[in-house]
Amino acid sequence: MTTMPLEPSSAMPGSRAASPTYLGVDTTIRSWLLTTDHKRIGVLYLVSMLFALALGGFFAMAVRLEHLSPNTTVMSAMAYNRFFTLHGVIMVWLFLIPSIPSSFGNFLLPIMVGAKDVAFPRLNLLSWYLYMAGSAVVLVSMFVGGIDTGWTFYTPYSTYSPTAIPLALFGVFIIGFSTILTGLNFIVTTHTMRAKGLGWLRMPLFVWSIYATSIIQVLATPVLGMVLIFVVLDNGFSWGFFDASRGGDPVLYQHLFWFYSHPAVYIMVLPGMGVVSEVVTSFSRKNPFSYKAIAYSSIGIAFVGFLTWGHHMFVSGMSRFDAGAFGVLSMLVAVFSAIKVFNWTWTLKKGAIALKTPLLYIFAFLFLFVFGGMTGVAVAAMSLDVHWHDTYFVVAHFHFIMVGGTLTAFVAGLHYWFPKITGKMYSERWGVLSAALVFTGFFATFFPQFLLGNAGMPRRYYTYPPEFQALHLVSTVGSWVLALGMMITLVYLLHAIWWGPPAGPSPWGSRSFEWRTSSPPPQHNFTRTPSFELDPYDYSRPMPEEGE
Amino acid sequence: MTAGAQLAADEVSSQGEVEELEGHFESLEQQAQAARLGMWVFLATEVLLFGAAFALFISYQVHYPGAFRQSIEHNAKVLGTVNTGVLLTSSTLVAGAVHALRGGNRRWSSWLLAGTIGLAFVFLGIKATEYAKHFAEGIYPGGAGHFFVEHHERGTAEFWTLYYLMTGLHAVHVTIGIGVLGVLLVKIVRGRIGKLSAHKLEVGAIYWHLVDVIWIFLWPLFYLA
Repeated sequence: MTTMPLEPSSAMPGSRAASPTYLGVDTTIRSWLLTTDHKRIGVLYLVSMLFALALGGFFAMAVRLEHLSPNTTVMSAMAYNRFFTLHGVIMVWLFLIPSIPSSFGNFLLPIMVGAKDVAFPRLNLLSWYLYMAGSAVVLVSMFVGGIDTGWTFYTPYSTYSPTAIPLALFGVFIIGFSTILTGLNFIVTTHTMRAKGLGWLRMPLFVWSIYATSIIQVLATPVLGMVLIFVVLDNGFSWGFFDASRGGDPVLYQHLFWFYSHPAVYIMVLPGMGVVSEVVTSFSRKNPFSYKAIAYSSIGIAFVGFLTWGHHMFVSGMSRFDAGAFGVLSMLVAVFSAIKVFNWTWTLKKGAIALKTPLLYIFAFLFLFVFGGMTGVAVAAMSLDVHWHDTYFVVAHFHFIMVGGTLTAFVAGLHYWFPKITGKMYSERWGVLSAALVFTGFFATFFPQFLLGNAGMPRRYYTYPPEFQALHLVSTVGSWVLALGMMITLVYLLHAIWWGPPAGPSPWGSRSFEWRTSSPPPQHNFTRTPSFELDPYDYSRPMPEEGE
Repeated sequence: MTAGAQLAADEVSSQGEVEELEGHFESLEQQAQAARLGMWVFLATEVLLFGAAFALFISYQVHYPGAFRQSIEHNAKVLGTVNTGVLLTSSTLVAGAVHALRGGNRRWSSWLLAGTIGLAFVFLGIKATEYAKHFAEGIYPGGAGHFFVEHHERGTAEFWTLYYLMTGLHAVHVTIGIGVLGVLLVKIVRGRIGKLSAHKLEVGAIYWHLVDVIWIFLWPLFYLA
């Protein structure tokens, strides 16, 4: 029994024109829900995650709205606690963690290594179902009491909070399995499914970043799974793993949680860096300044990322030596990131730059990421962190990385690969406008939060002294601009799916492998075995004649 | 790949066993390689899953060496040690089963595999006896039961809670292993898996060895002082 019948005729010359695209091969809902095609699974992920993004965004907007005035504006303190928790949980686990790997990674990685599919297509589909099931459980928990611990579920409060903690954690636990299966699939695919002649150092850089991400997904996520089980048993059955009265240690929870959740930050941002590498080379029509430096620094970040978790716990009781070690290791991540940033900048230098929407988003990424990264170095120093810990400064720092970095790269990728996925072109004019709105809105939302945090505004507080109101006001208005930009994006992209002009196989003139097949790609990615004579970023030689 | 190459890709052995090539792979060798690597990556995940529990155990052992020592001495040392022998033997048998299948001896392979599964059930039986003994002594997870009235030293409750959690999680893995090996056994007996697809049994066997290896670490932690 073969799950994916091979068309034996696919190599015959006459059949090439008739080869249907992955979208046109079957259009029933059943064919989508039972698909094992990595491209369709990528699209399923993309659509479901955009819903999660919208929902998480809704909670963010509500939280910002509440801060319009120093005291109660629109909701009670309890509702506020639930809203910021749900914002965090939904954004982190339902959107950011799976965002780029599960959507674009699924769609592109097999094509980029010249394979017909990932190594385990049925596991791939299972991972989407697990994601949906886990998300459903998290959303149900929203209606049966919500959760009010913040997305970090810190003990001891999470072990006795009366809200729906066990249910929400169980949902996150299931999503963890989906992450692991995706990572496993990508690792095995990269190792065993590369086309003949496609060595490790010729793969597109996006594959390197997804590969590095997958290592973290596979090694860090199970620790989260286990620790969530501990909290569920503590909360549901009073087993007392973290209960100090029985000899448990609540701080141990933080160690185990951050052992996952700090590397998880790199699960979120590394794929974004992969998008940057692709877009920068495409729109400057140049080889990356140093391919190897970008590729290896991804692996470097994945590795060092496992050794930095303690910087979240500088005020939880930690020896000065430990804090120093964690601080230095954390700064090492900045070194690897800086290697990438300098490489991207040097790639742009003297390139034949085409200033299109995806590149605009990448410019935003570079600016915001450097901003977020440098403040990250600052909070990695214990002496400074003690002042900024649990203030809006930290909130601003990680939103600069998560929104300014990951979300911006995600939207860049969405524009960059939109023609590949749908075969249609969106309106460039609207693209530029919304990119400007998103950047302005983002900066207005989060820059004031650095100032608020430095002035002493603690995170997760329902009220604040009146003298902070001006900055909070700017931040809230900024969030409206950001939301407007995102909504415009959604509208013109949806419009383009139905009414956009056809894009053609390679609208950007990119040489990366995914652009060497038609848009949208045929069911088995290539109508004939692709040749990889030309490197993915080789713009110095003319493109050889390939099939469609 | 041409149509002819695809037809030639499915191999048929003299015993009538057909090893099919799934459409997205280029060769059977690649397919087997992917299956093996997939299992190894999965095992890495499993190690980290247990790793979190081990971290908790070792950390509390450092906090409460006295309570942990007393609890280990109280534990069913003989049953735990016999179980170690049972599991190690089963692991040897499954290795033999893989070897036999590679040599084309399906009959011998299925007997060895049946032996593996039998010993897995013995392991679970002994484990259940052990749990029953502890329940009778009034030891329940979460520090519940009359045992903890007499042994109220801090850390004792954590030891027994972790004991139930970690050996329980391991028993879950043993149960899953019985299912996996059972399916493989049925397929071997029916001739669906043979010499050509011995890597499928190999992948199942690797999983079984991991179950074994985890126990090798649980045994000294919970039974040997």
